[in-house]
Amino acid sequence: MAKILMKGNEAVGEAAVMAGCRYFFGYPITPQSELPHYMVKRLAEVGGVFLQAESEIGAVNMSFGAAGSGARVMTSSSSPGISLKQEGISYLAGAELPVVIVNIMRGGPGLGNIQPTQSDYFQATKGGGHGDYNLIVLAPASVQEIVDLTIDAFDLADKYRNPVMILGDGVLGQMMEPVEIREVQVNVPEKTWATTGAKGRKPNLINSLYIVAERCEEHNLRLQAKFKQMAKDNIRYEDYLADDAEILLVAYGTSARIAKGAIDRAREQGIKVGLVRPISLWPFPYEHLAEVAQKVKSVLVVEMSAGQMIEDVRLALNGSKPVDFYGRLGGMLPVTSEILREIEKLAKGGRSNG
Amino acid sequence: MVKVFERPKSLTEKPFHYCPGCTHGIIHRLVAETIDELGIRETTIGVGPVGCSVFIYEYMDLDFHQASHGRAPAVATGVKRVHPDKTVFVYQGDGDLAAIGTAEIVHAAARGERITVIFVNNAIYGMTGGQMAPTTLVGMETTTSPFGRNKETQGSPVRVSEMLSTLDGAAYVARVSVHDPKHVIQAKKAIRKAFDNQMNGVGFSLVEVLSTCPTNWGLHPIEATKWLADNMIPYYPLGEFKVPTAPAKVEGEVE
Amino acid sequence: MLQEIIMAGFGGQGIMSMGQLLTYAGMLENKHVAWIPSYGPEMRGGTANCGVTISDREISSPVVFEPTAAIIMNRPSLDKFEPAVKPGGIILVNSSLIDKKVQRTDIKAYYIQANELAEELGNSRVSGMVILGALLELTKVVNFDSVEESLKKVLPEYRYNLIPLNRKALEKGAEVVRNG
Repeated sequence: MAKILMKGNEAVGEAAVMAGCRYFFGYPITPQSELPHYMVKRLAEVGGVFLQAESEIGAVNMSFGAAGSGARVMTSSSSPGISLKQEGISYLAGAELPVVIVNIMRGGPGLGNIQPTQSDYFQATKGGGHGDYNLIVLAPASVQEIVDLTIDAFDLADKYRNPVMILGDGVLGQMMEPVEIREVQVNVPEKTWATTGAKGRKPNLINSLYIVAERCEEHNLRLQAKFKQMAKDNIRYEDYLADDAEILLVAYGTSARIAKGAIDRAREQGIKVGLVRPISLWPFPYEHLAEVAQKVKSVLVVEMSAGQMIEDVRLALNGSKPVDFYGRLGGMLPVTSEILREIEKLAKGGRSNG
Repeated sequence: MVKVFERPKSLTEKPFHYCPGCTHGIIHRLVAETIDELGIRETTIGVGPVGCSVFIYEYMDLDFHQASHGRAPAVATGVKRVHPDKTVFVYQGDGDLAAIGTAEIVHAAARGERITVIFVNNAIYGMTGGQMAPTTLVGMETTTSPFGRNKETQGSPVRVSEMLSTLDGAAYVARVSVHDPKHVIQAKKAIRKAFDNQMNGVGFSLVEVLSTCPTNWGLHPIEATKWLADNMIPYYPLGEFKVPTAPAKVEGEVE
Repeated sequence: MLQEIIMAGFGGQGIMSMGQLLTYAGMLENKHVAWIPSYGPEMRGGTANCGVTISDREISSPVVFEPTAAIIMNRPSLDKFEPAVKPGGIILVNSSLIDKKVQRTDIKAYYIQANELAEELGNSRVSGMVILGALLELTKVVNFDSVEESLKKVLPEYRYNLIPLNRKALEKGAEVVRNG
């Protein structure tokens, strides 16, 4: 198949169309605006609907309506806009609606800036909105992986009737890399639950309200059983030179790529260092990480945040190994040479910035 | 024996939970009768609000979405864009539509979404305990304006129909009331027009229905209907504020 | 082979497109490639820059921290990127627009009168292509035919008439650095 050069943001859009998505509701925000720019043209070509909403709140609720009506739907934003969507995301989870949500993370808190960060990890993986719910959160690290994970996201959303988030950052959204554009077998399951008009059947209801506590608990227990299954079936990660590693790095997305560069340079010096890159941030690869970490001396977590994923790494290791941290904040990127310096410290038996 | 009055097919058998004298039940019935008359029960999708009428989906025998507070017009937009051939209506109260949901209703109207909005204005938040609504009249006592709504500090009531009728995308905007049988008949005609418009592809239609809340107004149901006529109608005049330029095909005329 | 190239100048000089062109050419040669724009408010007006990575191996960081080569098309970019270039790397300066000299001695500097050379070819807009030609000659990162082939991918068909001029500009730049 032919390769073409695409920006990450555009690749999300093309992959969505490949996966049969024909409805996109969004609102402008840097650094994800190339995605709506791409979708407005591409959906017109395939007879889909692009709608610029009055707000991110409007966009996520339009997605609610369209998903409840049986369509494959995408909405996208960047950090502050994703905060606005949180109410809707909780409702999507409560009403069990399949929507793919894209967050191209930027600096925070507040207005922050438009530079790339990974500081929405907690929001994405630990809730964000109110109530007991989980999203499947997929974190690509290349434009090709953006395509592959976006296509999978639609299938997973439909399979579990649950929102799925693609969590990228400004680097991934803005960069161009070759991608393979392929034919995708689109298999949308029959959605007998969707609102299509109650013709010859009982009415369908898209709802997250259970006013009687016993019923609401039943509903929640059913959701929890679903989340448990989702967590069991969807753990994804990549190991890089982890087999013989004495120092283990843990990083995802853009940080993981930069970490790989540092690992290559450390290996040239003979330092045995490797990487586990979680691809699914929820479910997090706790068991795999614990297994790999058994053989290492120390663990270094690298993030473009003040340290969020590190909490999951610590949960995974449960105190068995020292866990150090190197992070950059506010849109600054970790530099290969800086990560290398931290690796060298650990190799000499010292501690990193921890 | 000939049956002259029966439950509309679009209503379920579930008895309404509304307080004595509340007019939500009448308005539900008018919507259901209209859907029956048009024969569109199997092709209609409703979107409900948060508020007293949050359980509308239990009373209407239709496909339904339960939206988050204020967002029903956005949800309905999503539904209608997926099913342009179906009839999509929204049912909202004054807190839902005129406070938390102002952005959603204004922009659904501005886009000319081909949906029908039933907007129930009883000048108060009912379900949450009788708080001041954007539509609460100046001087009116509520749990959050216990000394009467103060214009200086709490502002003036919002006239939604007048406001939305200034938008090009709004094809039909009318205010009606259900405080007596004559007005109920007129309200029915306006609701029918609002559905006809959608079926004719005309555009956004909204019917504001002045409604009573005897419980939170602290009045007997009969007094409440009189209070509505004496106090609400002078501030919220009845009538059609916007009609389609190319008139929708309607069987009966609304005064 | 790993080339990490910075291209920097004013917005409107075609810097971003030139970077994409080189990236495309690398892709056509089945190399690993990545392009990334400068990321910040200076994207709008002021300076524009992008990073291009072309490698035989999988690319770790798409962000260019220590360029092996830099194309500099305005004075502020020289100040910004001269310190970043990897020791032993090269820096190509458009001396038509920049009178300042490179201070570092551990990198190799080339000064190219790109605007004049482009005008000699009949179109000042191909000044970037002149410098790109010099870069190709010095780094051999991709070959000229791949760049020409990429032009067909990035230009609309009604602009194909510009391809011979662009090819000439590339060769002109190569010639200048070849002859020192």
